Amino acid sequence: MSAPIIKFDHVTKSYPLYHHITSGLKNLILNLPKALREMRSQKFTALRDLSFEIRRGETVAFVGRNGAGKSTTLGLIAGVLRASSGSVTVNGRVSPLLELGGGFHPDLSGVENIQLNGVILGLSRKQVAARMEPIIEFSELKEFIHQPVRTYSSGMLARLGFAVVANLDPEILIVDEVLAVGDAAFQKKCLAKMSEFKKQGVTIILVSHSARDVEIVCDRAIWIENHVIQADGPSAEIMKLYMGEPTETQG
Amino acid sequence: MPATLVTLRQSHIRYRDLISELLRKELRVRYKHLSLGYLWSLANPLAYATLYYIVFAMIMKVKTPNYPVFLIVSLFPWQWLNNSILVGPMTFYGNAGLIKKSMFPRFLIPLVVVLQDLIHYVATLPIIFIFLLVYRIPLHISILWSLPLMILVQFIFAYALNLFIASVNLFFRDLERILQLVMTFLFYLTPVLYSETMIPEKYQPLIMVHPLAPLMINWRNIFLTGELNLEYYLSSLVWALGLLACSQFTYRKLEWRFAEVL
Repeated sequence: MSAPIIKFDHVTKSYPLYHHITSGLKNLILNLPKALREMRSQKFTALRDLSFEIRRGETVAFVGRNGAGKSTTLGLIAGVLRASSGSVTVNGRVSPLLELGGGFHPDLSGVENIQLNGVILGLSRKQVAARMEPIIEFSELKEFIHQPVRTYSSGMLARLGFAVVANLDPEILIVDEVLAVGDAAFQKKCLAKMSEFKKQGVTIILVSHSARDVEIVCDRAIWIENHVIQADGPSAEIMKLYMGEPTETQG
Repeated sequence: MPATLVTLRQSHIRYRDLISELLRKELRVRYKHLSLGYLWSLANPLAYATLYYIVFAMIMKVKTPNYPVFLIVSLFPWQWLNNSILVGPMTFYGNAGLIKKSMFPRFLIPLVVVLQDLIHYVATLPIIFIFLLVYRIPLHISILWSLPLMILVQFIFAYALNLFIASVNLFFRDLERILQLVMTFLFYLTPVLYSETMIPEKYQPLIMVHPLAPLMINWRNIFLTGELNLEYYLSSLVWALGLLACSQFTYRKLEWRFAEVL
């Protein structure tokens, strides 16, 4: 078996309650003792003692309810968040987290956003230019590709997002609920593309609430509930558990 | 080639591409809706110059000779610095999308923001040269090295302050208003609209401890007299490097929390 491309070793992630300071310097100074006390004592734990390994070429879905800790997990994999304790090891180029509309600048056109995201992902400008045509073609956005992204519908954003991520040769492909908003034809196209990636041995991480998508793309699923791993195993089994009766399996 | 050299070369290309792509983005976002891009970058500084000219030369009748040219040679660089500082709160905050989605060296954003302001300053240089010509003030050959030296020290100043403000503002979101006030105070308390010789005798020693006065005095002199005061230059350099050290330290302490608070 190949070496793990992603390894979480007893990872805990907690956030201090930032609202005390982000509401401004003035508020902080006026409520200093209380704010300091609360920031020290109260923390929000998004993930508790998570351990798992993902091997090169594995296709893994993260499932769980809103707020369970899926996005935090993806943030840790993408390297934008740092674990509070434990260690996260990632040995590969991770695609940006292009969930609905995120990561794109609203005033830039589709083409300009593709260039920017490609370079940020770690490709050179030349490499991005070479991939421009296939990306535009895949997105099926045609002349809209030259319009500012703020004029796009959520479906169009999802198309652009997936087209970018799928054509920039990531070693680890992260797909975060982009599939939910596209129309049926585009969803089908995305699923086909992911199956193709899977054959090529790209590691795929998918967050989705659709059991069908998860089972088509992923061999394995990790169910996160209440900030811990509830179950980890073959996707069909995990999805049965997850879609079944989540209240009974708790605790 | 040894592996380290390869990675060094790769990271060089990566940084170069990232900077140029981020810079394009900043410029596009700023000028997207304006076909008059270059003219627009001149309009703002010129409008302010006209306003100060009306107030100080026509109404208050300051005796400074060649006041319009006297004014713009230090006002334009001030506006560069001022812009770089006042956009600070938005530097990271306005790029939340990028920061939350992918990992890349975040300090490149302030670098690019200040680079963009530098480009706008350079765009105003022809105006300065035209004014010098109209007022028959000869340019000295020393401008060839004093101008790059001044740009360098002011770039460090602007970058350090922008980086610091950008980082801290993610945690204290009301910095913007405080900054406006501080910069207005600093503007009137720095010899930009008036000459340092007009400052009363007993306050003269304060010039050397003022963070920006030596910088602005040098900006004016390199164009008008061709002299770069070394003592003033060293003072500016010490301030700039000191601020850079402070803001790098702050940035390194806070950087990993950026995606958490955005």
